Amino acid sequence: MTTQQVESRGLEGTGYEAVIGLEVHAQLLTRSKMFCGCSTAYFDAPPNSNVCPVCLGLPGTLPVMNREAVEKTVLTALALNCEIPPFTKFDRKNYFYPDLPKGYQISQYDLPLSRNGFLEFAVDGRTVRAGVTRVHLEEDTGTLKHAGDLIHEATSSLVDLNRAGVPLMEIVGEPDLRTAEEAREYVTRLRQVLMYIGVNDGSMERGSLRCDANVSLRRAGASEFGTKVEIKNMNSFRAVHRALDYEIARQLQVLQSGGTLVQETRGWIETEGRTVSQRSKEQAHDYRYFPEPDLPPLQLDSAYVERVRGRLSELPDARRRRFESQYGLSAYEAAILIASREDADVYEGLVSAGVPAKLAANWQIGDVARLANAHHVPLHRSGLGVAGLAALLRLVDTGTINGTTAKELLDELYIPGGDPLAVVSERGLGQVNDAGELGTVVGEVIAANLKAVADFRGGKEQALGSLVGQVMKATRGRADAKMVNALLRERIGG
Amino acid sequence: MAERWVGSTITAMAAALREGRVTAVQLLSEAIAHRERTDSRINAFLARTDELAERQARAADERIQREGAAAPVLCGIPVALKDVLCLDGVATTASSLIIEGFLPPYTGTAVQRLLDQGAVVVGKTNCDEFAMGSSNENSAYGPVGNPWDVERVPGGSSGGSAASVAAGVVPYSLGSDTGGSIRQPAALTGTVGFKPTYGRVSRYGLIAFASSLDQIGPFTNTVEDTAHVYRAIAGHDPLDSTSSTAAVEDPLETLHEGVAGMRLGVPSEYFAEGLEPGVRARVEEAIETLRSLGASIEEVSLPSTDAGLSTYYILAPAECSSNLARFDGVRFGKRSEEASLLRSYLATRGAGFGPEVKRRIMLGTYALSSGYYDAYYRKAQKVRTVIAGEFARVFEQVDALVCPTSPTVAFTQGAREDPLAMYLCDVLTIPVNLAGLPGISLPCGLSEGLPVGLQVIGPRFQDARVLRVAHAYEQASGVTALRSPMVAEAAAA
Amino acid sequence: MARMTLSRDDVAHVAMLARLGLSDDELERYRHQLDAILDAIGRLNEVDTSSVEETAQVGGLVNVWREDEPRESIGSERALANAPDRDDGYFRVGAIQE
Ligand SMILES: [Mg+2]
Ligand SMILES: [Zn+2]
Repeated sequence: MTTQQVESRGLEGTGYEAVIGLEVHAQLLTRSKMFCGCSTAYFDAPPNSNVCPVCLGLPGTLPVMNREAVEKTVLTALALNCEIPPFTKFDRKNYFYPDLPKGYQISQYDLPLSRNGFLEFAVDGRTVRAGVTRVHLEEDTGTLKHAGDLIHEATSSLVDLNRAGVPLMEIVGEPDLRTAEEAREYVTRLRQVLMYIGVNDGSMERGSLRCDANVSLRRAGASEFGTKVEIKNMNSFRAVHRALDYEIARQLQVLQSGGTLVQETRGWIETEGRTVSQRSKEQAHDYRYFPEPDLPPLQLDSAYVERVRGRLSELPDARRRRFESQYGLSAYEAAILIASREDADVYEGLVSAGVPAKLAANWQIGDVARLANAHHVPLHRSGLGVAGLAALLRLVDTGTINGTTAKELLDELYIPGGDPLAVVSERGLGQVNDAGELGTVVGEVIAANLKAVADFRGGKEQALGSLVGQVMKATRGRADAKMVNALLRERIGG
Repeated sequence: MAERWVGSTITAMAAALREGRVTAVQLLSEAIAHRERTDSRINAFLARTDELAERQARAADERIQREGAAAPVLCGIPVALKDVLCLDGVATTASSLIIEGFLPPYTGTAVQRLLDQGAVVVGKTNCDEFAMGSSNENSAYGPVGNPWDVERVPGGSSGGSAASVAAGVVPYSLGSDTGGSIRQPAALTGTVGFKPTYGRVSRYGLIAFASSLDQIGPFTNTVEDTAHVYRAIAGHDPLDSTSSTAAVEDPLETLHEGVAGMRLGVPSEYFAEGLEPGVRARVEEAIETLRSLGASIEEVSLPSTDAGLSTYYILAPAECSSNLARFDGVRFGKRSEEASLLRSYLATRGAGFGPEVKRRIMLGTYALSSGYYDAYYRKAQKVRTVIAGEFARVFEQVDALVCPTSPTVAFTQGAREDPLAMYLCDVLTIPVNLAGLPGISLPCGLSEGLPVGLQVIGPRFQDARVLRVAHAYEQASGVTALRSPMVAEAAAA
Repeated sequence: MARMTLSRDDVAHVAMLARLGLSDDELERYRHQLDAILDAIGRLNEVDTSSVEETAQVGGLVNVWREDEPRESIGSERALANAPDRDDGYFRVGAIQE
């Protein structure tokens, strides 16, 4: 079938609207696993090296809760405007799979750690508020490697339990999203928030942030839902957008051609740009949830919740608004500068080191971003660092060097680092703004370019530019351009 | 040479070790000799750990030399461990085929605490598979014989641990009690068996049957010995989230304070139909003895006792159906290799588990499954609340309860083929697990030549009080002298 | 409470959920035994629980946790030592899809 491009919120003209709810799993940035002391640094570790009797699910072992994982989940719930009920507990979700060592996942069923929150984000200048049903805490599974990489062709699979037991949040969204675009922006904003508050590293490629979607179509304006399809295996923002676009178009076509949809799970196949049914022969799941007898419940009183709230740093939206008002930045500039907490911290570091707000913004958004991209090294981890850049920009601000010099120095010092002031004085790169010294050069340039002088006097304004260029050349770019302009006009009139 | 220490107590052995009258190495060789003399008949032992024990015994002798009276009481004393307790590098089977050959790479907390005291482990004991049963007939490695009459069952599930003490091989052993699996076999073998308050002894390293009910405890010949073992294994463990942080009272401090002035409740429901007359008679005599020691005896009622059995046979199978999911042939144990993973799962678990384990997994899976959870599991959890509440109310009136442990004496092997008839064995012990209470069974005489158990039950965390009542009765009745015929074989040898 | 007796399909479904491969004989035996046990368990309904909370645990503990401190792992050799089938540091299992 062909994919129709569906971009608008209401699938205009079709009489249908899409209903999308996202379920995001986010690994928590803790040092140890959820229920044992094994390190969470499993990525790239040799298989089954990050394990102990507990996370191997050996007979006789018992889970002990990681306090920080609970706290970071509460922190997340607060950032997503959720309620924290005074009583919560863990449950066992029972099913057999080789990446699940105990034959059950310790998760939360009917009394999750938090519920009833929301997340706001902008799409095309419009603010969308999407409900967050719940944020609960569970444990991650191990990972499987299939011979030949394809599960349905593999004659055997290999089990690595390094990831088993890593603390995992499940963030369930309300079916409040209407387009693939909204879904992508929801995940983008959610990721930004999780990274801001330091609970998740935001890596969809590594799988520390994973997203599933429930998609259905219904008659525009209807209140009941259509047949729901679950989409899995969307491993990037782009995949979320493409997969949902595809799925909405697929469902629309089925409905418009008079067909009926089946409730099913479909996987997104990135290379083929389509979703395919994952119906397996296995019968319907029955997870037989029941309260985890090995873990006492949690009673998180308001004192606890308020203490965690105290750990909550300024969230992206609030920081953007503050940047606009406090630093006089445009909405565009502010949005770029707060994109990550590190970027925003860098910006405020520059300003508090004495760089004027606008100057700092221009440089950070422009040349610094360019270099960070080119070298794959953000400023705060470059040799120059925030302090070095601030020193450089202060030289610009005081007129000690001009923009061209600053840019050259930035390129040169970004990776190795260095003291910009020392380099400037050592190489004599300071801006020439002495009227006497510049006057001599200007006089020589006029004498050598009489044709240009005549052109200018004859009304050719551009001729001045070439004279300025000659002066800059003669001073190896160090001349104060403003002063050169003024001196030329003074000498040749106009 | 006759074994002088067979059938002796921890207390006596510990004194002799300190006085130089015996060494740990000698105690061990006597234990091994008596084990080999008796085990072809009682089949109490699975793994034998003689090499490990030799090393431990030599280390214990050195420690006693070094520390003298300051050495822990259990230092150098032989012990047997129910085969659901993990000991690093020693085959642990839970009496099941499904993990035959499994060598745990770690040691459980209770066992470790014994090792820290200098215990000498002579082996792992037979039990009902995954601790599910009341006769020890559900072992993949054959039934255990009762040292009083090897044709009869020793009770279960900790049958091998009970029999190893009753036969005189070891002065103490560890078992586990989920619905009576320590107390009932203690009653049937004439030993002292104690289930501490839930949360008192860490479950870390105990292969779980039903996590909210399981508790590790000792078998001994005397209540005083029980107090010594309890003291060694009780106390908070950061590896078990359900282990209590409350300070452990020292039961030895109050052991000898007697029962004068105590109020002891006799729950009428524990003397219902099905109680053998001989058992009733011995228990009533025991209660009279306690009265004569100055306790006031009060009849009390626990109306939901009967429902306890039903509650248990939902909750325990439900938890076990989940706890036993990890036996899937992927990371450990024996796998039946098939063409696909699903078929391997089915074959491995179908062949690896015995009939009673499969029955309980089926029952528990059903009780938790969609559409039945409320009618079975949720209902059972509520009845559990009712049962615990009845105990709590009764303990506002009385200090402890005294009653029979088992409705019958040891029965003949093969006599109870109907699962429901077997489940009735635990009708008097199950409510204690449901409420998380401490309970002890100690011998109170014979009926038809077989031991009868008296059960003493206390409020939560009143473990010391339970031992005190039991000790008072034991001292007055003289049943410490009750020993199975197998003990005498050693002296005759 | 009137209870429907278990069908063979019911028992087969439960066995599949529990991943127990049972013979036809076993299925039939368990059908009868489970029916008898479930009938006996019906006694529960004689207890009035209309105003009663559920008890999942009797310990009465809450907020039991540990600090977020990594501890030494046991290493892959010990982790794999009991494996029925292993390959290059992994546990190996048969074909996941039939
Ligand atoms: Mg989940
Ligand atoms: Zn671990």
